[in-house]
Amino acid sequence: MSWSTLEADQTVLEVTGLTTRYGAISALRDATLTVGSGEVVGLIGPNGAGKTTLLNSIAGLLKPSAGMISFDGTDVTGHPPEKLLLSGLALVPEHRRIFTDMTVEENLKIGGITQPGANRAEDLDEMAELFTVLRSKWDTAAGFLSGGEAQQLAIARALMSRPRLLMMDEPSLGLAPILVDAVFELIDSLRQQGRTLLVVEQNATRMLEVADRAYVLRSGEIVAEGTGSELSEHDDLFGTFIGG
Amino acid sequence: MIELLQNLIDGLGRGSIYALLALGVAVVFGVMHLLNFAHGELITISGYAAYAAGQQGWSWYIIAPLIVVCAVVASLVIERVAFSRVRGESDFTLLLTSFGVHFVVSAAFLLYVSASVKTYPRPGWVTNTYSVGPLNIEVFDTVVIVVTIVTLIATTMLLQRTMFGLALRAASADFDTARLMGVKSDSVIRGAFALSGLLAGIAGVFWLMRAGSTTPSAGIDPMLKGVLAALIGGLGSLRGAVLGGFALGLAEVLLRSRLPDSIASLTEGVIFVLIALLFIFRPQGLITVAHAERV
Repeated sequence: MSWSTLEADQTVLEVTGLTTRYGAISALRDATLTVGSGEVVGLIGPNGAGKTTLLNSIAGLLKPSAGMISFDGTDVTGHPPEKLLLSGLALVPEHRRIFTDMTVEENLKIGGITQPGANRAEDLDEMAELFTVLRSKWDTAAGFLSGGEAQQLAIARALMSRPRLLMMDEPSLGLAPILVDAVFELIDSLRQQGRTLLVVEQNATRMLEVADRAYVLRSGEIVAEGTGSELSEHDDLFGTFIGG
Repeated sequence: MIELLQNLIDGLGRGSIYALLALGVAVVFGVMHLLNFAHGELITISGYAAYAAGQQGWSWYIIAPLIVVCAVVASLVIERVAFSRVRGESDFTLLLTSFGVHFVVSAAFLLYVSASVKTYPRPGWVTNTYSVGPLNIEVFDTVVIVVTIVTLIATTMLLQRTMFGLALRAASADFDTARLMGVKSDSVIRGAFALSGLLAGIAGVFWLMRAGSTTPSAGIDPMLKGVLAALIGGLGSLRGAVLGGFALGLAEVLLRSRLPDSIASLTEGVIFVLIALLFIFRPQGLITVAHAERV
């Protein structure tokens, strides 16, 4: 990897007391979490628990009504997404949201739009090496990719911005089991590269296998936090809150 | 057959101008979901610039670039003064704002310039024709078609080869996701208005050359042509807008020459009926726009 990460014990993201409302409904209440440099942190919980709301609030797509988001020690609460990206925070959004009318290469270039041209060219080569599936479809319109390929493109596109923290929203959603394996292998390999990840997953069991730590969300609140083995011991969490 | 060929050439000339106007409408609609009913005001403003320049005795070699510059600047100013304030509001609010801009601009010329028609000299070659076999071709149409083709090629290269073009296309497909990638909404929207103004300016040079005069309400006709052509093409599709422009130009010329004399003056009405029919059978317009939400 051509870009470095900070020391492992340094906090990259610190979210304190975050509350986000849709009208009168608080989709997220008083959420507090941290992500350290080089850590892979999971956000697990059932459908409608507020996982996507939390990620979208951190990424600047939703405006929180209370609380603070600090990135690299700087208060970034309320910053628009394009500014957060420049600070080093990238999101692979729910449903991937790749640009279907644009080619694989064009999608990747857009991902690297904030980078100087030389970095972008270097990263394009690197993505072609890292994501062999995409290499053979370089000039194909992204709308023709399969679900698994599209997910790889969405992740590669986000990596093009050389993020300090990469957030992913349900990367395994809607994929066939064998492709789900590929996604978790990818997360694991990103982790081995020392990247910092915050991943929302419904597939709690798989997520806990690759994550250093995880937070459990339920009905808009963070109800538990711990390492995979700690959380796995909470049978009640799994039975009641996660459902699998 | 000869007549049809003649119509085809005339229609292409007319359609070229519509295509440029429609493309400008579509570019802005793409990034902002604004159906810009003030698009024609760029031509009104440029028209008065042409009039002022004509008063000074300037030649068209200066007036033409002046028109283009005026349209770009006016487009950016209108974005800054009016549309930037309603960004993110409902499509209906944006639509009403554009109507507001249209009325304010034409009222300003009415109040502060004059209600009467202002004329300016036209270059001599505008009315010249030359013959190719049995065909009579206007020099003007030839210039319009060539300039339009060059402009369309340059615009295509801009959209496909430059980072600005990629950003514009990404923002048109899915604005939020484009912002997540770091595309700056300000730059991409201003860029879209600049491009839209540039295209309107090039169309405006020809529109104003042919008209030879301007009035406070001169923008209505080019606005209608641009908006209609963009709608015919399928709003938001740039290719569709260009296609819609040519289709509208050809339809006008064909109807005008084929309709019996007694109803030839109803050409515009017949065109609206045809457009209504198109939307009954193909509500999405000629070209279907793909949406990023389609996962």
